[in-house]
Amino acid sequence: MNAESLTPIDQYIYLSSLLFCIGMAGVLLRRNAIVILMCIELMLNAVNLLFVSLSTYMGDATGQIFVFFIMVVAAAEASVGLAILVMVYRNTRSTDISFLDKLKN
Amino acid sequence: MMNQLPFIIFSFIAILMALGTITARNPVYSVLCLILTFFALSGHYVLLNAQFIAVVNMIVYAGAIMVLFLFVLMLLNLNKETEPAKSYLWQIGGAIAAGLVLVTLAGALKGASDFMVKGGPEASGIGLVKNLGKVLFTDFVVPFEISSILFLAAMVGAVFIGKREKQEGGSNA
Repeated sequence: MNAESLTPIDQYIYLSSLLFCIGMAGVLLRRNAIVILMCIELMLNAVNLLFVSLSTYMGDATGQIFVFFIMVVAAAEASVGLAILVMVYRNTRSTDISFLDKLKN
Repeated sequence: MMNQLPFIIFSFIAILMALGTITARNPVYSVLCLILTFFALSGHYVLLNAQFIAVVNMIVYAGAIMVLFLFVLMLLNLNKETEPAKSYLWQIGGAIAAGLVLVTLAGALKGASDFMVKGGPEASGIGLVKNLGKVLFTDFVVPFEISSILFLAAMVGAVFIGKREKQEGGSNA
Protein backbone atom coordinates (compact mmCIF):
# COMPACT_ATOMS: atom_id res chain seq x y z
CA MET A 1 0.00 0.00 0.00
CA ASN A 2 1.48 3.30 -0.96
CA ALA A 3 0.90 6.93 -0.20
CA GLU A 4 -1.95 7.62 -2.62
CA SER A 5 -4.26 4.88 -1.41
CA LEU A 6 -4.57 5.53 2.28
CA THR A 7 -8.26 4.76 2.21
CA PRO A 8 -9.01 1.72 4.37
CA ILE A 9 -10.08 -1.37 2.47
CA ASP A 10 -13.29 -1.46 4.51
CA GLN A 11 -14.59 1.61 2.73
CA TYR A 12 -14.10 0.03 -0.68
CA ILE A 13 -15.90 -3.08 0.54
CA TYR A 14 -18.84 -1.04 1.76
CA LEU A 15 -18.93 1.07 -1.39
CA SER A 16 -19.01 -1.93 -3.68
CA SER A 17 -21.63 -3.66 -1.51
CA LEU A 18 -23.78 -0.56 -1.73
CA LEU A 19 -23.40 -0.29 -5.50
CA PHE A 20 -24.22 -3.98 -5.88
CA CYS A 21 -27.37 -3.59 -3.81
CA ILE A 22 -28.43 -0.52 -5.75
CA GLY A 23 -28.10 -2.55 -8.93
CA MET A 24 -30.07 -5.38 -7.38
CA ALA A 25 -32.83 -3.02 -6.29
CA GLY A 26 -32.95 -1.73 -9.86
CA VAL A 27 -33.38 -5.24 -11.24
CA LEU A 28 -36.19 -5.88 -8.77
CA LEU A 29 -37.97 -2.56 -9.13
CA ARG A 30 -37.88 -1.72 -12.80
CA ARG A 31 -39.93 -3.22 -15.61
CA ASN A 32 -38.09 -1.89 -18.61
CA ALA A 33 -35.81 -4.67 -19.86
CA ILE A 34 -33.11 -2.24 -21.03
CA VAL A 35 -32.89 -0.67 -17.57
CA ILE A 36 -32.68 -4.16 -16.06
CA LEU A 37 -29.74 -4.96 -18.34
CA MET A 38 -28.06 -1.72 -17.27
CA CYS A 39 -28.57 -2.61 -13.61
CA ILE A 40 -26.84 -5.94 -14.27
CA GLU A 41 -23.92 -3.97 -15.70
CA LEU A 42 -23.91 -1.90 -12.54
CA MET A 43 -23.73 -5.02 -10.38
CA LEU A 44 -20.85 -6.36 -12.47
CA ASN A 45 -19.04 -3.07 -12.00
CA ALA A 46 -19.49 -3.19 -8.24
CA VAL A 47 -17.80 -6.59 -8.25
CA ASN A 48 -15.05 -5.17 -10.47
CA LEU A 49 -14.39 -2.43 -7.94
CA LEU A 50 -14.07 -5.00 -5.15
CA PHE A 51 -11.69 -7.09 -7.28
CA VAL A 52 -9.46 -4.13 -8.10
CA SER A 53 -9.32 -2.84 -4.54
CA LEU A 54 -8.45 -6.25 -3.11
CA SER A 55 -5.92 -6.79 -5.87
CA THR A 56 -4.18 -3.54 -5.01
CA TYR A 57 -4.27 -4.03 -1.26
CA MET A 58 -2.97 -7.61 -1.45
CA GLY A 59 -0.31 -6.87 -4.05
CA ASP A 60 -1.56 -9.52 -6.46
CA ALA A 61 -2.30 -8.86 -10.12
CA THR A 62 -4.73 -11.78 -10.50
CA GLY A 63 -7.69 -9.70 -9.41
CA GLN A 64 -7.13 -7.20 -12.17
CA ILE A 65 -6.89 -10.00 -14.75
CA PHE A 66 -10.24 -11.24 -13.48
CA VAL A 67 -11.70 -7.76 -13.97
CA PHE A 68 -10.49 -7.99 -17.54
CA PHE A 69 -12.39 -11.25 -18.05
CA ILE A 70 -15.50 -9.86 -16.34
CA MET A 71 -15.45 -7.02 -18.85
CA VAL A 72 -15.26 -9.57 -21.68
CA VAL A 73 -18.26 -11.43 -20.30
CA ALA A 74 -20.16 -8.18 -19.74
CA ALA A 75 -19.59 -7.07 -23.33
CA ALA A 76 -20.76 -10.42 -24.70
CA GLU A 77 -23.76 -10.41 -22.39
CA ALA A 78 -24.75 -6.88 -23.37
CA SER A 79 -24.56 -7.60 -27.09
CA VAL A 80 -26.58 -10.83 -26.94
CA GLY A 81 -29.05 -9.39 -24.43
CA LEU A 82 -29.70 -6.34 -26.57
CA ALA A 83 -30.14 -8.51 -29.66
CA ILE A 84 -32.76 -10.58 -27.81
CA LEU A 85 -34.37 -7.36 -26.62
CA VAL A 86 -34.62 -5.98 -30.16
CA MET A 87 -36.25 -9.24 -31.22
CA VAL A 88 -38.74 -9.05 -28.33
CA TYR A 89 -39.55 -5.46 -29.21
CA ARG A 90 -40.14 -6.42 -32.81
CA ASN A 91 -42.66 -9.06 -31.79
CA THR A 92 -44.46 -7.38 -28.88
CA ARG A 93 -43.90 -3.66 -29.60
CA SER A 94 -42.75 -3.19 -26.03
CA THR A 95 -39.75 -3.77 -23.78
CA ASP A 96 -41.87 -4.31 -20.70
CA ILE A 97 -40.54 -7.39 -18.96
CA SER A 98 -43.96 -8.34 -17.60
CA PHE A 99 -45.19 -9.20 -21.10
CA LEU A 100 -42.81 -12.12 -21.09
CA ASP A 101 -44.82 -14.39 -18.82
CA LYS A 102 -46.11 -16.74 -21.50
CA LEU A 103 -44.47 -19.69 -19.78
CA LYS A 104 -46.72 -19.12 -16.78
CA ASN A 105 -49.62 -21.59 -16.53
CA MET B 1 -8.85 12.93 6.02
CA MET B 2 -7.53 15.30 3.38
CA ASN B 3 -6.09 12.58 1.18
CA GLN B 4 -9.38 10.73 1.39
CA LEU B 5 -11.12 13.60 -0.35
CA PRO B 6 -10.88 12.12 -3.90
CA PHE B 7 -12.27 8.84 -2.60
CA ILE B 8 -15.21 10.61 -0.99
CA ILE B 9 -15.93 12.68 -4.09
CA PHE B 10 -15.81 9.69 -6.46
CA SER B 11 -17.89 7.57 -4.09
CA PHE B 12 -20.48 10.31 -3.80
CA ILE B 13 -20.74 10.65 -7.58
CA ALA B 14 -20.91 6.86 -8.06
CA ILE B 15 -23.65 6.28 -5.50
CA LEU B 16 -25.69 9.30 -6.56
CA MET B 17 -25.53 8.38 -10.23
CA ALA B 18 -26.31 4.72 -9.50
CA LEU B 19 -29.42 5.85 -7.66
CA GLY B 20 -30.21 8.08 -10.63
CA THR B 21 -29.88 5.07 -12.93
CA ILE B 22 -32.55 3.10 -11.14
CA THR B 23 -34.89 6.00 -10.45
CA ALA B 24 -34.89 7.93 -13.74
CA ARG B 25 -38.15 7.41 -15.61
CA ASN B 26 -36.62 8.09 -19.00
CA PRO B 27 -34.22 5.29 -20.08
CA VAL B 28 -31.91 7.78 -21.81
CA TYR B 29 -31.29 9.52 -18.48
CA SER B 30 -30.62 6.10 -16.98
CA VAL B 31 -27.92 5.45 -19.57
CA LEU B 32 -26.30 8.84 -19.01
CA CYS B 33 -26.30 8.37 -15.22
CA LEU B 34 -24.74 4.94 -15.66
CA ILE B 35 -21.99 6.40 -17.85
CA LEU B 36 -21.20 8.91 -15.09
CA THR B 37 -21.13 6.03 -12.58
CA PHE B 38 -18.58 4.27 -14.75
CA PHE B 39 -16.45 7.40 -14.96
CA ALA B 40 -16.50 7.67 -11.17
CA LEU B 41 -15.45 4.04 -10.91
CA SER B 42 -12.62 4.73 -13.34
CA GLY B 43 -11.52 7.46 -10.96
CA HIS B 44 -11.54 4.90 -8.18
CA TYR B 45 -9.35 2.61 -10.26
CA VAL B 46 -6.86 5.43 -10.81
CA LEU B 47 -6.80 6.04 -7.05
CA LEU B 48 -6.12 2.32 -6.59
CA ASN B 49 -3.13 2.44 -8.97
CA ALA B 50 -4.91 0.31 -11.56
CA GLN B 51 -4.34 2.61 -14.50
CA PHE B 52 -4.82 0.00 -17.21
CA ILE B 53 -8.14 -1.16 -15.78
CA ALA B 54 -9.22 2.47 -15.47
CA VAL B 55 -8.57 3.18 -19.13
CA VAL B 56 -10.11 -0.11 -20.29
CA ASN B 57 -13.16 0.54 -18.12
CA MET B 58 -13.61 3.93 -19.73
CA ILE B 59 -13.15 2.61 -23.27
CA VAL B 60 -15.11 -0.63 -23.01
CA TYR B 61 -17.93 0.32 -20.67
CA ALA B 62 -18.49 4.01 -21.18
CA GLY B 63 -17.34 3.94 -24.78
CA ALA B 64 -18.67 0.71 -26.24
CA ILE B 65 -21.31 -0.95 -24.10
CA MET B 66 -23.16 2.21 -23.13
CA VAL B 67 -23.11 3.48 -26.71
CA LEU B 68 -24.65 0.15 -27.70
CA PHE B 69 -27.41 0.71 -25.15
CA LEU B 70 -27.96 4.25 -26.40
CA PHE B 71 -28.12 3.02 -30.00
CA VAL B 72 -30.77 0.46 -29.14
CA LEU B 73 -32.78 3.02 -27.17
CA MET B 74 -32.68 5.52 -29.99
CA LEU B 75 -33.30 3.00 -32.77
CA LEU B 76 -36.30 1.50 -31.01
CA ASN B 77 -37.49 5.01 -30.16
CA LEU B 78 -37.83 4.15 -26.49
CA ASN B 79 -36.84 7.55 -25.16
CA LYS B 80 -40.27 8.16 -23.72
CA GLU B 81 -41.47 7.88 -20.17
CA THR B 82 -44.04 5.19 -20.84
CA GLU B 83 -42.94 2.65 -18.28
CA PRO B 84 -45.75 1.71 -15.92
CA ALA B 85 -44.61 1.40 -12.33
CA LYS B 86 -44.68 -1.90 -10.57
CA SER B 87 -47.22 -2.35 -7.84
CA TYR B 88 -46.59 -0.81 -4.47
CA LEU B 89 -46.12 -4.20 -2.83
CA TRP B 90 -43.46 -5.15 -5.40
CA GLN B 91 -41.56 -1.93 -4.77
CA ILE B 92 -41.57 -2.36 -1.00
CA GLY B 93 -40.52 -6.00 -1.37
CA GLY B 94 -37.71 -5.18 -3.78
CA ALA B 95 -36.37 -2.40 -1.60
CA ILE B 96 -36.48 -4.62 1.50
CA ALA B 97 -34.75 -7.48 -0.32
CA ALA B 98 -31.96 -5.23 -1.59
CA GLY B 99 -31.54 -3.67 1.86
CA LEU B 100 -31.31 -7.08 3.49
CA VAL B 101 -28.65 -8.16 1.02
CA LEU B 102 -26.74 -4.97 1.80
CA VAL B 103 -26.89 -5.64 5.54
CA THR B 104 -25.83 -9.25 5.02
CA LEU B 105 -22.92 -8.31 2.76
CA ALA B 106 -21.70 -5.58 5.07
CA GLY B 107 -21.95 -7.85 8.08
CA ALA B 108 -20.20 -10.73 6.36
CA LEU B 109 -17.35 -8.56 5.07
CA LYS B 110 -16.92 -6.55 8.26
CA GLY B 111 -13.88 -8.40 9.54
CA ALA B 112 -12.38 -9.00 6.13
CA SER B 113 -9.76 -6.30 6.47
CA ASP B 114 -8.02 -8.28 9.21
CA PHE B 115 -6.96 -10.81 6.61
CA MET B 116 -5.59 -8.25 4.19
CA VAL B 117 -1.91 -8.63 3.42
CA LYS B 118 -0.24 -5.33 2.80
CA GLY B 119 1.35 -5.15 -0.62
CA GLY B 120 5.09 -5.12 -0.92
CA PRO B 121 7.08 -2.13 -2.17
CA GLU B 122 6.86 -3.39 -5.75
CA ALA B 123 3.08 -3.51 -5.50
CA SER B 124 2.66 0.01 -6.85
CA GLY B 125 3.46 -1.07 -10.40
CA ILE B 126 0.91 -3.86 -10.40
CA GLY B 127 -1.72 -2.13 -12.47
CA LEU B 128 0.55 -1.04 -15.29
CA VAL B 129 0.25 -2.49 -18.77
CA LYS B 130 3.67 -4.14 -18.61
CA ASN B 131 2.98 -6.17 -15.49
CA LEU B 132 -0.63 -7.02 -16.37
CA GLY B 133 0.34 -8.09 -19.88
CA LYS B 134 3.05 -10.34 -18.52
CA VAL B 135 0.58 -12.04 -16.16
CA LEU B 136 -2.16 -12.22 -18.79
CA PHE B 137 0.00 -13.84 -21.45
CA THR B 138 1.80 -16.29 -19.20
CA ASP B 139 -0.53 -17.52 -16.45
CA PHE B 140 -3.84 -16.71 -18.11
CA VAL B 141 -3.18 -17.30 -21.77
CA VAL B 142 -5.68 -20.19 -22.06
CA PRO B 143 -8.61 -18.23 -20.55
CA PHE B 144 -7.62 -15.36 -22.81
CA GLU B 145 -7.95 -17.53 -25.91
CA ILE B 146 -11.19 -19.03 -24.63
CA SER B 147 -12.59 -15.53 -24.16
CA SER B 148 -11.88 -14.80 -27.81
CA ILE B 149 -13.99 -17.84 -28.72
CA LEU B 150 -16.69 -16.54 -26.39
CA PHE B 151 -16.64 -13.21 -28.22
CA LEU B 152 -16.92 -14.94 -31.58
CA ALA B 153 -19.86 -17.00 -30.35
CA ALA B 154 -21.54 -13.90 -28.88
CA MET B 155 -21.05 -12.01 -32.14
CA VAL B 156 -22.49 -14.79 -34.28
CA GLY B 157 -25.35 -15.24 -31.82
CA ALA B 158 -26.18 -11.54 -31.72
CA VAL B 159 -26.17 -11.26 -35.52
CA PHE B 160 -28.28 -14.38 -35.88
CA ILE B 161 -30.82 -13.36 -33.24
CA GLY B 162 -31.11 -9.85 -34.57
CA LYS B 163 -31.54 -10.98 -38.16
CA ARG B 164 -34.98 -10.40 -39.61
CA GLU B 165 -36.68 -13.47 -40.99
CA LYS B 166 -37.12 -13.33 -44.75
CA GLN B 167 -40.50 -15.08 -44.85
CA GLU B 168 -42.45 -12.65 -42.71
CA GLY B 169 -40.40 -9.57 -43.46
CA GLY B 170 -43.43 -7.48 -44.41
CA SER B 171 -45.63 -8.34 -41.48
CA ASN B 172 -43.45 -7.28 -38.57
CA ALA B 173 -42.17 -4.09 -40.19
